[in-house]
Amino acid sequence: MSDLKSQIIAQLNLQDTKPEDIGDDQPLFVEGLGLDSIDALELIVLLQQQYKIKLSNAEDGPKVFQTVRTMAEYITAHQAQNA
Amino acid sequence: MKTENYITASCIISNHIVCKNEQPVFEERNSDLPDFLIAIYRHFNLQYPKFHKMDNLSKLGWLGNEILLQDSFEKEKHKPEDIGIVLSNANSSLDTDIKYYETTKTMASPAQFVYTLPNIVIGEISIRHHFKGENAFFIFDSFDTGFIEQYVSNLINNNILQCCICGWVDVLDNEYNASLFLIEKDKSANSVNFTKENLNKIYQLQNG
Repeated sequence: MSDLKSQIIAQLNLQDTKPEDIGDDQPLFVEGLGLDSIDALELIVLLQQQYKIKLSNAEDGPKVFQTVRTMAEYITAHQAQNA
Repeated sequence: MKTENYITASCIISNHIVCKNEQPVFEERNSDLPDFLIAIYRHFNLQYPKFHKMDNLSKLGWLGNEILLQDSFEKEKHKPEDIGIVLSNANSSLDTDIKYYETTKTMASPAQFVYTLPNIVIGEISIRHHFKGENAFFIFDSFDTGFIEQYVSNLINNNILQCCICGWVDVLDNEYNASLFLIEKDKSANSVNFTKENLNKIYQLQNG
């Protein structure tokens, strides 16, 4: 999950934020990291670029991008499916 | 109709130097534009995480505005609808347009796409300070002080605005210039009349 946090920081240009500043279960949007709708699009780009995962159903977004842990679980499940 | 307005503050960022009211307040010679902008942000101890996500044009205009208003402006004196922003430049958002175009060859960047309009810098300043007054962004070959004087005076003298941030904010590659002026109806210490001659004088003093 530390790698994923580093990738999120790089993709969203969250300068002054370190991987250890982001809790595994900290909400990414609104009250947590304070990400916005453009950041959500950037996270979709991150999944495509880094993990070759296309978020096919937009309605899955809020669940997948809830926290770093939910993102990691989604990536792991997707990789297992395609193994 | 009142016709005299005043330049009550200025901020010019160019040639690796930041000037506030015609006095140098920060200098960083050995850095390219992105690093220079971050150095200004840190030097003035600004706290605004969204700054890091902006493109260079918005960062430059946003920083210029922060320094322009610092210790110079009582925003509580005015309603948000009475504070306007009128900016201009030569290169529109071309600096970011080119970078965005490069990303479209692999995967288009939504974060860059949102900055592919020059007036976004006005939006960033307005969000920061909750300004809701009239705003406009014009493209000229060079800083047209006569036009800016006429346009902004018209807004203020017709009571569409009570005060206005105006000037020039331009970026292309490592070429940059932010020349911002605060225009108000009332005189303040060291203010000068809002005329194109005075805009030119302050602009040229720092820009050669």
